[in-house]
Amino acid sequence: MTLVFLSQLLNGLLDGFYYMLIALGLSLIFSLGGIVNLAHGAFFTLGAYLALVLTPHIGFFGALIVGPLIAAGVAMVVERTLFTRFYREDPLYSLLLTFGLAMIIEQSLRWYFGASPRAYSMPNELRGQVFMGDFVYSRYRFFLIGIAVATVAAVWVLLNRTAFGRIVRAGIQNPDILGTLGISLRPYLSAVVAIAIAIAALAGVLMAPLQPVHPMMGVEVGTAAFVVVVIGGLGSFWGVVVAALLVGLVKGLMIGIGYTQYSMLAIYLLMFVVLFLRPRGLFGERITRFE
Amino acid sequence: MIKTMGRRQLLKTGTAAGLMTLAAPSLLRAQGDAVVLGHLTPRTGFLGPMGEYAVMAVDLAVEEINANGGINGRMLTVVKEDSVNPQTATTKAERLVERRDLAMIIGEISSASALSIAQVTARANKLFINTGANSDTLRGSDCKRTMFHTEAQNVMYVNAEGQYFLQNDMVKDKKWFILSSDYAFGHDLRHGALGFLERHGGQAVGDELIPTDATDFSSHLLNIRNLQPDLIVVNLAGTSGASFMKQYGEFGLDIPLGGFDYNSSIAWATGPQDFKGTWPCIWTHQVQTDASQAFAQAFQAKYGKPAENQAYSDYIAVRIAAEAIAKTGGTDTAALIEFLEDPATEFDILKDRKGRFDAATHQLLQEVYAVTALDPSEVQNEWDIFTTSGPLPGAEVPLDELIKGAVGGDCTF
Repeated sequence: MTLVFLSQLLNGLLDGFYYMLIALGLSLIFSLGGIVNLAHGAFFTLGAYLALVLTPHIGFFGALIVGPLIAAGVAMVVERTLFTRFYREDPLYSLLLTFGLAMIIEQSLRWYFGASPRAYSMPNELRGQVFMGDFVYSRYRFFLIGIAVATVAAVWVLLNRTAFGRIVRAGIQNPDILGTLGISLRPYLSAVVAIAIAIAALAGVLMAPLQPVHPMMGVEVGTAAFVVVVIGGLGSFWGVVVAALLVGLVKGLMIGIGYTQYSMLAIYLLMFVVLFLRPRGLFGERITRFE
Repeated sequence: MIKTMGRRQLLKTGTAAGLMTLAAPSLLRAQGDAVVLGHLTPRTGFLGPMGEYAVMAVDLAVEEINANGGINGRMLTVVKEDSVNPQTATTKAERLVERRDLAMIIGEISSASALSIAQVTARANKLFINTGANSDTLRGSDCKRTMFHTEAQNVMYVNAEGQYFLQNDMVKDKKWFILSSDYAFGHDLRHGALGFLERHGGQAVGDELIPTDATDFSSHLLNIRNLQPDLIVVNLAGTSGASFMKQYGEFGLDIPLGGFDYNSSIAWATGPQDFKGTWPCIWTHQVQTDASQAFAQAFQAKYGKPAENQAYSDYIAVRIAAEAIAKTGGTDTAALIEFLEDPATEFDILKDRKGRFDAATHQLLQEVYAVTALDPSEVQNEWDIFTTSGPLPGAEVPLDELIKGAVGGDCTF
């Protein structure tokens, strides 16, 4: 019984890495641009469809690289043509904009590929199990978690150990000061949106072998990502990391003690409790321009 | 400048207006002559993929009926709406029944939404033919005089699939792990499965309710691996069933898999590598009757892919509606109910045996089939990833046998 309970906790934590991957981009876009990207889930779906289209030509591992790059290209066009008009506006406008964008992406996928879910097979080399004592786990999920950890680490290095990251962090706090220093934030905004959406698409490619690929598959993912960002606190890298792990852990705990059907309810309750005690989220920073 | 109308122009205008007035009633009558059906089904959400098949089949049925002269010379038109959840289903059903020309509503997949629509149509005294909701309760304690069902009910699937499990020694003294969708359909099916298991000397070692939007099953698979059941029974609706099977394949479990609900669209979405087990179904494109093959080929020709079971159910519902209106000579609800309830009324439902509605529950009594996944090495194309059995029950067994043991309470109209 203890082993099963511990297995569920560990599984919940591992799930948390996946939530982290999706929530990170969402947090970045809001922190820097003030855009509440409701289309984040739709870009996740786009990634899954790109995997479907690219794999016959370049294989799963090729799709894992090229899919997010294509999504980043689309993101830069969206950022230059749409997002750029809303950075200084009330977040409500960007909310409406990205809601519409999500509908356009989903309906375009439905129009082109049809509404029927599509099958995407897992690469044979990633099938099978990994045995760690009594704990047996899917090899593919370890691969997924490895990619998630590497991606999150790369984003951390980019934000905290590079000149690019210093400007982005300064831009999150006060873009006007950057302007007085003669630094234009626009190319950085484009790059951050491209990176954030590429990560969402990467998550889509990674999930394609685990779920049927269909136009609405990003809806549930988008909701989970918002919950993580809200619990973690806007503008905080570590907030997203801790919240994602916490959400996974709570889910695992509920299943471990036999209350599977209440696992999602527990996550929303967690969000409620955090918001009640700390309205900015666990690690939410005070961002001057949103005050 | 004010332009005045000349005498000739006044005459022309007056004549035209007079002709329009004379012609208007016939024009209006011609429009009003169309038979109008409302079609509600989820086209988005976790049941959306099946709903799309339903819509395609309805379009095909209407096209065929109108190409053959319509219903007693009246063209058939369908007003189609997306009923993504019970609230939306209620609102859209209320809007539809307000139309004076509405003959009836057909469609739906979700049992919860079907109940909402049934309540609206019962109040408005309009017929509702449920094409996709399985819950026994809809045929039991929640039944309505105005509601009929072309979709098989849960107990029919439990009885048909249960026979397969019994024949293959998968019940007596065996341990089952049951996963059911956490809404009306799943609750009902779970009760049916547990009842069947208890009656035949089996034991449930796991019994979990799964949220309808669940996409990750790793925690459940860990539980299953730990408990080592003899059979995993999957009663999951929509795309969550496909996610479960894909992740079952991912975890490399070697425990027999089956269940009491099936959709070909979900099998195709799972893919040949991960689709496993034996499942009950009301129809597949492999059913070998001439009428079934004619429908399958017409669907394939129109949409470039095979029809699946939801398409079948909506297709025959439109045909049954058209036949009932044609035979009763109108859209009077009482006359339609009397016709449909009559034990002598039988319908060609593209199967070996004709179908008829059970007068006590309004369930269409019909043959079902068992679908068995092919080994990936035997798969020839992306659609034929399973085989379809002959009709169940066998020809010597009355179709009423399939609805015995329903768990949804008693129906009183």
